[in-house]
Amino acid sequence: MHPLARTILQRLGLGLMTLFIVSIVIFSMVSWLPGDFAKAILGQAATEETVAAFQKEIGLDKPPVQRYVEWVGNVVQGEFGSSFASRVGYKRTVAELIAPRLANTLFLASLTAAIAVPLALALGILAALYRNSLFDRIVNSVTLTTISMPEFFMAYLLMLFLSVKLSWLPGLASVDAETELLERITRCALPTLTLTLVIVAHMMRMTRAAIINLLACPYIEMARLKGMSKSRVILRHALPNAWAPIVNVVAFNLAYLVVGVVVVEAVFTYPGIGQLMVDAVTARDIPVVQACALIFAATYIMLNLTADIISIATNPRLLHPR
Amino acid sequence: METKVPRARRSKTAAALRELKKAPWSAWFGLIVLLGYTFVALFAPLIAPSKESEIVGDSYMEWSALYPFGTDQLGRDMLSRMIFAAQNSMGIALAATMFSFLTGGILGIMASILRGWFDQAVSRFIDALMAIPSLIFALMMLSILGSTAINLIIVIGVVDATRVFRLTRAVSMNVVSLDFVEAARLRGEKLPWVVFREIVPNILPPLITEFGLRYCFVFLTISSLSFLGLGLQPPTADWGLMVKENATLITYGDITPLLPAGAIALLTVAINFVVDWFLHKTSGLRDGQ
Repeated sequence: MHPLARTILQRLGLGLMTLFIVSIVIFSMVSWLPGDFAKAILGQAATEETVAAFQKEIGLDKPPVQRYVEWVGNVVQGEFGSSFASRVGYKRTVAELIAPRLANTLFLASLTAAIAVPLALALGILAALYRNSLFDRIVNSVTLTTISMPEFFMAYLLMLFLSVKLSWLPGLASVDAETELLERITRCALPTLTLTLVIVAHMMRMTRAAIINLLACPYIEMARLKGMSKSRVILRHALPNAWAPIVNVVAFNLAYLVVGVVVVEAVFTYPGIGQLMVDAVTARDIPVVQACALIFAATYIMLNLTADIISIATNPRLLHPR
Repeated sequence: METKVPRARRSKTAAALRELKKAPWSAWFGLIVLLGYTFVALFAPLIAPSKESEIVGDSYMEWSALYPFGTDQLGRDMLSRMIFAAQNSMGIALAATMFSFLTGGILGIMASILRGWFDQAVSRFIDALMAIPSLIFALMMLSILGSTAINLIIVIGVVDATRVFRLTRAVSMNVVSLDFVEAARLRGEKLPWVVFREIVPNILPPLITEFGLRYCFVFLTISSLSFLGLGLQPPTADWGLMVKENATLITYGDITPLLPAGAIALLTVAINFVVDWFLHKTSGLRDGQ
């Protein structure tokens, strides 16, 4: 078999393995619940029978392995069970709670990525090329400062200036299914801007470090000493080897986006999955928390896996095996 | 021989001072801010004009001479709460970081000494935990355990211990295989002696730098959790919580809620500046030079 194909298959297997262990960890949450949890959910007035009925409903009376298999079987079909909050008369499945909000979050994340990735790569490469120049130093200290700030500080700063003082952009990002695309983008402008600032800082610094690392290699110096033009050295000699670190940087930061989104959604009350998870944690609505955690973790693992595979696939040494 | 010891020490402090004098302005700024914060946190009850959750007036009072930053949504003095929050937020973050270094560090050293199945089992388990984003993992654990200060320390500590474990294991792997460790073992020294007299002193420098970075990260995570209403619970004063409680003021163009958020940002920027300088000095790791 081609060594490239073998490595990729290995990585895929490893990714599935990780997903499996993570799903076990998330699943076991229910079994770690303290004994009085049913009481906490049902209220102090709950009788012995209602507690028993509740425990039967979340399946605590069956052996764990059987429960796990059933749970995974349902999850694969997109069926996460029903929310704890649904018991008062009407039933709300976790899936119907999550679906519209997942779409919203994906919209916000892809909008951010579309702006942040090209911007960060360009800034990072420029800073690496003109290293230790005034431009580099300014960009460096600005990004170090933005990295150190909590997301909500940046979010409120932007909200104060761009929305309240100048009223250029809407301060709250309330959207629903009927909101039109252009309106949606305007309302998402502030959250997108916040996330972009945070991510660009990280991504730009990592890109800069990766490129500088590469430019220090002897073969780049050799190419330069041969008298090649600067652009040719970068495009033909450095770039093929730079793909791997750059892809890793991008994936790492998109994975970071997954987490950053939780706080930013809370600031702008954007109806996304992060906000849903926070509400579910406050209400201790375990099935919803499980589903959200699984989605976040799966996205995270998949992004890292994709980065791994792309960086292997673009490795010149593996592309041309002897 | 005895006179030599203090002289050696003095030259060390002198070297440190000389190093400090050469430090860039950013490091100086960071150090001064850090000292200021520590002072405020340690002596909070003495500095603050009123008690932590004492109601002193109407809610959302304007800035005045009596209440420099006005009052919050329940009519408590903002300034006093900011000062007490320094104690609470910084204290909890310190406890969580220490917890994570204790558990992660011990497991990491154990894994590097014992190797074999123990190392494999712990490493694979920690790999799996690290595949879950840390904030998500913390949210998950808190939904089960509920948010109390102790739970917060344990949960954040455990989440962070995974990163500490990785680093400790990696650095102590390098040391364990060196000859002087082997010699100490052949000499018949007990395991604790080998760990604390031979291994720990040699892995300390990278761990100290890491402690600064981890502290910063833990502090930000706890602030974010508090901001989401899942960290420290009212009436405890916490910067993240104070931002959440007074956030509505922003829509009226009042910058009061930005003060606690700014306090968080200033502290983390300061720590980052100091760590950045430290990294630059000790290893030249930065920029891959």
